Amino acid sequence: MGLSAVTVLGVDRPGVIAAVTGSLADCGANIQDSTMTLLGGHVAMMLLVSGELDSAELMKRLGAPDLVVTASAIEARRHFCEEGDGLGYVLTVHGPDRPGIISAISAVLAADGGNITGMSTRLTGRLYVLIADVELPKKVDVAALMRRLAAVGAGLDSDITFRPVEPDLL
Amino acid sequence: MLGAPHPLLSAVAEPVDPTAPEVVAAAADLLATLRRSPATTGLAAPQIGLSLRLIAFDARRHPRSRSWAGELVVANPRLAAAAHWDEGREGCASIIGLTADVRRATRITVHGHLPGTGEAVTIEADAIEARCIQHQLDHLDGLLFLDRVPGVLSLHRRLHTCDA
Repeated sequence: MGLSAVTVLGVDRPGVIAAVTGSLADCGANIQDSTMTLLGGHVAMMLLVSGELDSAELMKRLGAPDLVVTASAIEARRHFCEEGDGLGYVLTVHGPDRPGIISAISAVLAADGGNITGMSTRLTGRLYVLIADVELPKKVDVAALMRRLAAVGAGLDSDITFRPVEPDLL
Repeated sequence: MLGAPHPLLSAVAEPVDPTAPEVVAAAADLLATLRRSPATTGLAAPQIGLSLRLIAFDARRHPRSRSWAGELVVANPRLAAAAHWDEGREGCASIIGLTADVRRATRITVHGHLPGTGEAVTIEADAIEARCIQHQLDHLDGLLFLDRVPGVLSLHRRLHTCDA
């Protein structure tokens, strides 16, 4: 049973998801994880697919004239933090749009071993918004990290909030 | 109406003397702007370019309204109690194109003063009115709803008119 990472990019229209997932189902592929969003009028999908077909065959089956599809074989890897070893945080950045915001912020996190596990950015008018789920090793001095983030944010003319996730365990 | 990013929307607003004529005039401006914005349930003074601790709200016409305090402008509002937290999707008149699922108290008590007379007022709010008031209180502290988004998947494109 192989594992493939599949990306699909195409102009947004009703039926794109149905076409892609239908082709996968037809060839017995199982979608394990997936995410989909719209970027500038384009549908962007990323899927983790398991099945008997190799990546080249998957690309062939998913091929459509209006879609850009890639597929690569991957190995499942364990999470970078052992169970219970990391702490979850939510990072919010908003301010005027300019080049280099993500690289500046992510560099600060990376310097402390922080891992961005999810990220979404949106530009609406002049407002640039970045939301990121971040996992930090327990040993990180969070207060010092927040000061560094605030300093970088000030340099970017952006407001930054960084706070622990608040899961409801019911 | 100011739109983000604008420095005033990131600044902490100044306390006011509710009986001062300029504060009464600002309250009237805020209320008039709210009345001209039928899709908007509430506004805070920084959104109209005034760094003053004034909020206006009117949740009567909102479909998710339960009880309501009416159409009010409150000076120096202060959250005294908050309970029954719940997530709900909200937008902002100062942020075009985005909404987010934000956790807010659905029952709150707010103390403040009425502009003009300066009379002390206590507001017990629930449902969308409570959410709206907390959203406006955040504006007075230089916070946007974006600062309260609980995670990446909670940010959405705005498909509907704003709630707060």
